[in-house]
Amino acid sequence: MPTVQDYTSVHRPTWCPGCGNYGIWNSLKAALVNQNYELHDVLIVSGIGCGSKLPDYTEANGLMTLHGRPLAVATGCHLANHDLKVVITHGDGDGYSMGGNHFLHTIRRNLDIVDIYQDNKVYGLTKGQYSPTSDKGYKSKTSLGGSIEEAVFPLAVALAAGATFVSRSFAGDTDQLTWLIEQALQHKGYAMIDVFQPCVSFNKINTYQWYQERVYKLQDDPNYDTSNLDLAFQKAREWGDRIPTGIFYQVQRPTYAEQVPTLGKGALVKQGLRNSVPESIKNEFV
Amino acid sequence: MVTNNMTIIIGGDAGQGVESSGAGFCKALARGGLHVYSVQDNRSRIRGGHNFYTIRAQADPIRSWTEPVHLLVALTKESVEIHASKLVKGGAVICDSSLKVEAEPLEQAGIKLINVPLAQLAKDSGGSKVMSNTAALGALAGLTQFPMKYIQSVIHDNFKKKGEKIIDINYKVAQAAYDYVVEHYGRSFEWNLQAVDVEPRMVINGNHAIALGALVGGCNYTSAYPMTPGTSVFEWLTTHADEYGIVSKQMEDEISAICAGIGAAHVGARVIVPTSGGGFSLMVEALGFAGMIEAPIVIVNAQRPGPSTGFATRTEQSDLLFIIYASQGEFPRIVLAPGTTKQCFEAGARAMNLSEKYQTPVIILTDAYLANSFRTVNKSDIDFSSITIDRGEFLTDADLDKLTEKYKRYLITESGISPRAIPGHPKAIFRTTSDEHNEIGEIVEEADIRNRMHTKRMKKLELARQEMRAPDLYGPAQADVTLVCWGSTISEAHEAIHMLNSEKKDAANLLHFVDIWPFPVEKATPFLENAKKRVAVEGNYTAQLAQLIRAETGINMDATILKFDGRPFSPEYIINKLKEVL
Ligand SMILES: Cc1ncc(C[n+]2csc(CCOP(=O)(O)OP(=O)(O)O)c2C)c(N)n1
Ligand code: SF4
Repeated sequence: MPTVQDYTSVHRPTWCPGCGNYGIWNSLKAALVNQNYELHDVLIVSGIGCGSKLPDYTEANGLMTLHGRPLAVATGCHLANHDLKVVITHGDGDGYSMGGNHFLHTIRRNLDIVDIYQDNKVYGLTKGQYSPTSDKGYKSKTSLGGSIEEAVFPLAVALAAGATFVSRSFAGDTDQLTWLIEQALQHKGYAMIDVFQPCVSFNKINTYQWYQERVYKLQDDPNYDTSNLDLAFQKAREWGDRIPTGIFYQVQRPTYAEQVPTLGKGALVKQGLRNSVPESIKNEFV
Repeated sequence: MVTNNMTIIIGGDAGQGVESSGAGFCKALARGGLHVYSVQDNRSRIRGGHNFYTIRAQADPIRSWTEPVHLLVALTKESVEIHASKLVKGGAVICDSSLKVEAEPLEQAGIKLINVPLAQLAKDSGGSKVMSNTAALGALAGLTQFPMKYIQSVIHDNFKKKGEKIIDINYKVAQAAYDYVVEHYGRSFEWNLQAVDVEPRMVINGNHAIALGALVGGCNYTSAYPMTPGTSVFEWLTTHADEYGIVSKQMEDEISAICAGIGAAHVGARVIVPTSGGGFSLMVEALGFAGMIEAPIVIVNAQRPGPSTGFATRTEQSDLLFIIYASQGEFPRIVLAPGTTKQCFEAGARAMNLSEKYQTPVIILTDAYLANSFRTVNKSDIDFSSITIDRGEFLTDADLDKLTEKYKRYLITESGISPRAIPGHPKAIFRTTSDEHNEIGEIVEEADIRNRMHTKRMKKLELARQEMRAPDLYGPAQADVTLVCWGSTISEAHEAIHMLNSEKKDAANLLHFVDIWPFPVEKATPFLENAKKRVAVEGNYTAQLAQLIRAETGINMDATILKFDGRPFSPEYIINKLKEVL
């Protein structure tokens, strides 16, 4: 069985010291190890951004795509080989702005994949512009007087689109995050984890301390019902002094691949290419 | 009497079944052993607006459609007004008596008016007004003396799903119209269609031929977002997905369609992504991504007139240079522009192999005209046995088991092609990135590795160039004029040189390009140099192939014949223009 060390590439991360991405990276590796995933059975797909460099530092199959497009690419990877465990890691700009359309439609498909958002509420790699999750009033290089737009509530969007696993965590709490990723890996269907990821270089508002003062865990309440969609919506919009984390909502629904007749025979690329097409198919045109 | 050599137009409003009647009659003719060649002219509307379907039928193989029309089936008065002028002397118009088309002006032009109470006959035979087009097919057969059994066989197939009763009513409707025409107009019409006893041929359009080629070529994954006229490649493969083990995925837009295709290709599927120019425009960034990560992917761009939405249902050849240069940076790609049905089939299969062999995108460039044009083709010309699946330097599990060193996905090789593994094997765990990378796929920024990796990729372009085929020369080896064209224009240009040469020996020949990019400079140059006068014939404003030829070979055209009105060329148009430009 692999160890966390096995999952760690010799190529060292280039993230700023203290960046929340370290916590996400460590939690992901730990969760994969805890869940006994072999390196070659995992495919980590990312977009473009600071967080999206994660596959470059990880010793598993990795595919760093285009800004905003990892979910679309991952859809093809998964449908062509659903034996691979596909995990997507990408930023809030990548996922909720550039990839907003893919976010909505990938959820609807309930592909059996894990989708991790490295949500730092700012554009890191392009050096500090506001993002779709920046709070209204957030000042940045491109929102000098403060962002005029409302921040998106990504979990509420996911719920509205019909996600079967909706969760949130905080890169400063790797225990919870590791646990959540493990839950997501075990979930049959689309599992979303929005992770608060402090950006020490560009986001001076949403710092480790800022989150620590506010986050609380839904699962600390033994009566929290993860099958209650209305409650999940309510929690997904809770913002301010208290911010919930954990599993907001989880249901079981058939996955996309389970419903594709061709995939009933196993992963597509393992079925081998067809040897021949019968001549009789020509009669369709006669 | 002229037997088995005529052109028919069926015209009417969108929603009146012009397309299904046209396709049905094509099939009936083919079942009767005739060759057919069709052109569709549709407005971008679901109801209303004039649509028409041109069918040329002959016992001999047909190169192209031609302008003179012998018989018009007019489902509206408007279609008489639009097409009557194209009818030859002695030609006829079949229409519903209730349209009250005036006979006199037609008769003055030597055209017969064949009034048939189509809707009434449909009702009297137990059907309804919507079966008027079935009646029209019956009338068509009656006037041309074409055997009803072929019409019936098509009716049978078309209404199979609706049950015996509906089939039976339609038979009766068609027969009633047939009998009516024979009774009232006798056998007076000069053109007739007789069945020929040959092995039945396929009637297939360009899109279906590409899809069939891809299927035989091992395609097992397709994703797309619907866009006319590319959609039917996707729909056909989707129809056959369960039977042939294909995953077909409609995506949320063309960006995701190509991205999903690249993802599927990356993990080992054989992928085709059909679209039209607008969708291709959205795919452009991802096209470069495929080039960078060396993912084998096939794209079909069935062109329509641009810019922007342009003419949604019409044809043009104006994406050539865009396709060749689209996306930032430099990377190898292959562009094929088939023109005949057979070439479409071959391109579908060949593109699959080329994409995996060179691990890079391959684009099949067609247009609306070719995509939708149903034509007969001999079964033997759609030759499955000529197709073998070649995955190029693809490492199987057994190959990977034997690996002793760390697998390098982007190994720098002499040819530029790196042996390719797909994710999932314990000995080939690898990373891939749209960033510049080293041999094991890690992000790098050093100048040296950039130089070597970029050179490695670009070498594939030179390698592929050697494999690109020479243009095909049709007609005499030496001629006064050489028409130069690409893609679908082959048909009309071919017919045009045939017409010219039957008037004057060695008047013209034709140089047609299927393999456009990487441009086969060495193979094409002698043909071009050998031509006495070169005239580019292209469906665009800027003579894009002519530009490309000049850029690649330094050879200029002597003249150009260009067309960008959304309609295909006709041989007559080419001949007339040729007189003007030379
Ligand atoms: C098509 C395109 N537009 C813009 C960019 C530039 N770009 C790179 S990363 C990025 C945003 C980064 O923010 P986010 O996705 O939140 O990731 P982070 O860097 O914060 O982890 C942008 C705009 C790009 N790479 N591609
Ligand atoms: S800029 Fe921000 S997100 Fe990017 S590496 Fe530095 S701290 Fe992390």
